[in-house]
Amino acid sequence: MNCRSEVLEVSVEGRQVDEAMLALLHTILLHRSTGKFHYKKEGTYSIGTVGTQDIDCDFIDFTFVRVSSEELDRVIRKAVGEFKDALSNTGSDGMGQISLEFYQKKKSRWPFSDECIPWEVWSIKVNVVNLANEQERQICREKVGEKLGEKVINIVEVINRHEYLPKMPTQSEVDNVFDTSLKDVQPYLHKITFQITDSLGTSVSTTMRRLIKDTLAL
Amino acid sequence: MDNDLSSQDKKDLDKFIKFFALKTVQVIVQSRLGEKICTRSSSSPTGSDWFNLAIKDIPEVTHEAKKALAGQLPSIGRSMCVEISLKTSEGDSMELETWCLEMNEKCDKDIKVSYTVYNRLSLLLKSLLAITRVTPAYKLSRKQGHDYVILYRIYFGEVQLAGLGEGFQTVRVGVVGTPIGTITLSCAYRTNLAFMSTRQFERTAPIMGIIIDHFVERPFGNVGHMHPCNYRAPGEEEGGYAGVEDSQEVCTTSFSTSPPSQLYSSRLSYQPPALGAADLCNPATCGGAHPHQMAVPGKEGGVPQVPMQPYHGAQAEHGRMPSCPAHDTAHHIPATPSSSGEDAETCSRSSEQKSAGLADTLETTFTRKVGAFVNKPTTQITTASLDLPFAAFAPRAYDLEENDPMVHPPDSPDTSSPLQGSLHSQGSSETGEQAQEDFVMVDFKPAFSKDDLLPMDLGTFYREFQNPPQLASLSIDVSAQSMAEDLDSLPEKLAIYEKNIDEFDAFVETLQ
Repeated sequence: MNCRSEVLEVSVEGRQVDEAMLALLHTILLHRSTGKFHYKKEGTYSIGTVGTQDIDCDFIDFTFVRVSSEELDRVIRKAVGEFKDALSNTGSDGMGQISLEFYQKKKSRWPFSDECIPWEVWSIKVNVVNLANEQERQICREKVGEKLGEKVINIVEVINRHEYLPKMPTQSEVDNVFDTSLKDVQPYLHKITFQITDSLGTSVSTTMRRLIKDTLAL
Repeated sequence: MDNDLSSQDKKDLDKFIKFFALKTVQVIVQSRLGEKICTRSSSSPTGSDWFNLAIKDIPEVTHEAKKALAGQLPSIGRSMCVEISLKTSEGDSMELETWCLEMNEKCDKDIKVSYTVYNRLSLLLKSLLAITRVTPAYKLSRKQGHDYVILYRIYFGEVQLAGLGEGFQTVRVGVVGTPIGTITLSCAYRTNLAFMSTRQFERTAPIMGIIIDHFVERPFGNVGHMHPCNYRAPGEEEGGYAGVEDSQEVCTTSFSTSPPSQLYSSRLSYQPPALGAADLCNPATCGGAHPHQMAVPGKEGGVPQVPMQPYHGAQAEHGRMPSCPAHDTAHHIPATPSSSGEDAETCSRSSEQKSAGLADTLETTFTRKVGAFVNKPTTQITTASLDLPFAAFAPRAYDLEENDPMVHPPDSPDTSSPLQGSLHSQGSSETGEQAQEDFVMVDFKPAFSKDDLLPMDLGTFYREFQNPPQLASLSIDVSAQSMAEDLDSLPEKLAIYEKNIDEFDAFVETLQ
């Protein structure tokens, strides 16, 4: 099975980077999270409830919906914060890419560590622009808002193709498919990584891995 | 694997589709209320959260939807549509978008109803949540208030897109294949917002009067249901209205995964609703496991089904307020607003009467929010009534722990009051104020709302100050001068600062 990969591109102003990334990542995670599983005997399980929240952006004319989970939000914000810092710190011309990868774990025998097999990767390419005056910023607010709207529609389109999803695991396998460390929702196992490209367009050594809590990490 | 749908599956599927339709309407209408929606996640299933999503049920909206459906389900040629339109204070109205839930003939026989279809419907609802914030009508609905309100209308049958003007766009939210057809959810929205035409069946004469009343009486934003063009006498209401609320039907589903070695069959069981409907157990088959589905192993049917333990949480958490730092008073999230609140209010106050019997007047269940920075209305609304919109508060204790939501005539109709100026709004939502039966006149003065305070409106203000002159300190000659002075005074300043270094340190400590 091949991992499916989707790429989204946005051009934003410096202070819009955080919100734009949050909007898109949360939209994807909204679709890739379920309620907590509660396994019962005889191999059945029931699923908790996922709540949602509307979030208004301050620097973009846009509102997005995310899962009501403070923990998950914190994790995503942290990753986005690091991405933004990297974008502004390096001598890059403001181009970078943040990736959200959903993976499954496959157990290997000792001494080999578990394999992580991605099944869906979303890459968001960001291009940071600088604007001269308030009027341009105002226009940018609206434009980026519209663009994000289009991206959300793209995301929904891809997800609604109902392509491969890992099959529902048994109780012993649940941590190989889902991230069970959060207390109110259960997203599929995922990790966020990013890369900053320098002005030559090549990827600089700042590829950073960030593993979201993986309960079985060896 | 059976080719024909087993009767159990068919029942399940019909139920899923019905509740999916009701939840779809709730999501759409709530997204046009003009306020941010916030619901809580709960790790233990409460049994009445359909599709594992916390979507509140506004009883009035459910009522309207059931009325429109009249016991039928969307099928080929008969779609369920929710039409969102805008109505100005002058009486002009314009259709903004139409959301359609359709069914076509393309069947997917192999799909598992109890599991895959359910999960895909859940995914579709999530997509709907996301897309409702993206269409242009969302922004309009967030700003509704003095100048216009947003209304909704639910109808069943042929999709009517003529009112959307030329060049309308369509966005498809998603599709879910089922053994009896493919469910499609899409939205057609108007792109040409220029001209507004009066609806031909607009019958209310003193539009101004109505609007004022609504300002007075219905502070909460939102969607009213429209005129009676598809009003139906509550003839064959599905049992629900009178008390046994089947929307309250519990929907806890149990999914099962069975390791390949065991010979269980998977099953789905519903909790018996309080009314005693039978448990549904689905002796699912497993034949070749569908790659997308859980590993359901070998055996067909035959395994004795045991009802799962009930999770009767219905009354619960999920109905309550959301996680947003919740203070009942402060953050009354509008999702639950309106409806019951409105009902009571309408009856008691408004000139229009509520649906009971309203054949020919405009539906009163308008609720509308007044926003900050409201432009001075160009009409002759009196000053007095300008104060009132902000002042009108509805009682808030919305009791969602209903067992019979439909029947529950809201004794304390609640609804959050709309936001007053941003001065008073907190976090995401607007502050609410409790008023029991009477209105409390609170004299807020949001910016730009009145002429006498500041003799210009927001537009003028913005235009005037859009291109401010250069800051004096940025112009060269002045800055050169002041720089020189600064440099001279620097040593003295440094001396003073050093003397007070302890104070500064203490200050910094307090910031940590």
